[in-house]
Amino acid sequence: MLWPVAEAPGLIEARELTKRYGDKVAVDHLTFTVEPGRVTGFLGPNGAGKSTTMRLICGLDRPNSGTATIGGLAYAQLSKPLDTVGALLEARSVHPGRSARNHLLYLAQTQGIPPKRVDEVLDLVGLKDVARKRAGGFSLGMNQRLGIAAAMLGDPRVLLLDEPGNGLDPEGIRWVRNFMKTLAAEGRTVFVSSHLMSEMAVTADHLVVIGKGALIAESSTEEFIERSSERSVLVRTPDQARLRELVIDEGGAVKQDEDGAMIVTGLPAPRIGELAAGASLVLHELTPRLPSLEEAFMELTAGSVEYGETKAS
Amino acid sequence: MMGGLLSSEWTKIRSVRSTVWSLLAFVIVAIGFSTLVAAVVSNNWDKPGPHPNQITLHTNPTALIFGAGFGIGQLALCVLGVIVITSEYSTGAIRSSLLAVPRRIPMLAAKAVVFAVLDLVASAITVFAVFFISTSILSSHISITLSQPGVTRATIGGILYLTVLGLFSLAIGGLIRHTAGAIATVIALVLVVPPLIGLIPGTIANHVHGYLPTTAGVLIGQTAQQPADVLSPWQGFGVFCLWTVVLLGVCGYLLVRRDA
Repeated sequence: MLWPVAEAPGLIEARELTKRYGDKVAVDHLTFTVEPGRVTGFLGPNGAGKSTTMRLICGLDRPNSGTATIGGLAYAQLSKPLDTVGALLEARSVHPGRSARNHLLYLAQTQGIPPKRVDEVLDLVGLKDVARKRAGGFSLGMNQRLGIAAAMLGDPRVLLLDEPGNGLDPEGIRWVRNFMKTLAAEGRTVFVSSHLMSEMAVTADHLVVIGKGALIAESSTEEFIERSSERSVLVRTPDQARLRELVIDEGGAVKQDEDGAMIVTGLPAPRIGELAAGASLVLHELTPRLPSLEEAFMELTAGSVEYGETKAS
Repeated sequence: MMGGLLSSEWTKIRSVRSTVWSLLAFVIVAIGFSTLVAAVVSNNWDKPGPHPNQITLHTNPTALIFGAGFGIGQLALCVLGVIVITSEYSTGAIRSSLLAVPRRIPMLAAKAVVFAVLDLVASAITVFAVFFISTSILSSHISITLSQPGVTRATIGGILYLTVLGLFSLAIGGLIRHTAGAIATVIALVLVVPPLIGLIPGTIANHVHGYLPTTAGVLIGQTAQQPADVLSPWQGFGVFCLWTVVLLGVCGYLLVRRDA
């Protein structure tokens, strides 16, 4: 074989990926797969190793062990990487003295991408009017857009985006969200890290969750929320004291909501209904609740948060 | 592929102001100082007293003509050579660059080639300008022409020295990766270390001094080999090239090994 050929284009695979910086393990035997055609969220608390993992996938850092491949190839084996992978790693990856257009132009020239494409991507991210302005004067949001423009230069089938919403206003965040969904719908692989669980809940179809560099969960977003053990039932009744006794006798636990409703855990809703009926208690509401992604996430990553770690991951 | 990398590196280097400022500083300082020294030497020509400069103009004219302006002016090329590579690290642009070119050695090679060509062109223009300005200022007292033995070699040699000096600085920049630290190191190697070692008496120190990168490198800019020189002009230039090639090699090795 003269040139390595991608067997599964668009598939990102991490196998036993491990990276240490001195004594500190940043990524710990991490194995996961990111498939094309959907948005895969990469979730984890700060310092969990998300950015490091992205850097390892892109070949910026060398893993101590394990492999990361895109379509079966290591990043460095890609002949024209920008045509295959678009990556937004850190917004500040631009020389502040260089204009947005020249930044994109030099990247384009490395792969023989025509200058016309530079103008196209500037238009795509809404930076056409400031194309010849020095990037040093850009806001964080504008830098983020420039980074997305760079990622889109080669019209790649794989996108790696590290916290793309950083520094963007609500309109910008909505734009990025729709942009990622569109790209995934076109069959591309979209791998996006975020610490904003609420954002991932509405953006990601699939989740890879890590804590302290190790895999915590890999599943669809729905499954991830459902599988959380912390399922609860919201109950409203005029006779809370009686019901509380019954629930506790049955092995459940009761908490109080801010607005006075009972939150029952450890018993399914039908059983609570039966208990109430058996004691002739009136129920005003009996609602099974799914935990939010946020709650599911907090529960799963409890204990894997690096306290004192302030560096955004 | 290499063509793309070369045009990419050319876009990088031409699109930041530091390139223009460094080259302007180089040209202005080199020509300004040389002109000043030539004018002062010319003015004092017939005054009484010892005139070591006049002796040098007879025995080793290019050493005086180039020594004045390029002794200081060369530092601008050192600074440019360093920041061509360290600015990528200090600004984070290295991440963008390596995402586009994960094979790091070809990127370093393209960067070195583009910078060397730019350095060569700027040096050629400036060296010839300095030569013709200085010799015409001094022409009423002494005739110095390119046809005299050693003068053409020394003039071309001056251009080659300044080109290799830029690559030497680029290599140091790539090794240290921090602008201030790398500039301080290059200036120390060019301006501080040689005279310090030169102060140590004895033949060993004399040889160490002679083989230091720039003390060896500047020999090519001399019209004739001087009695105290350990190396001939071309040997000296060879030693300087060897230093530079080794440092570029280590720079390339570390560029591949280290995390970006």
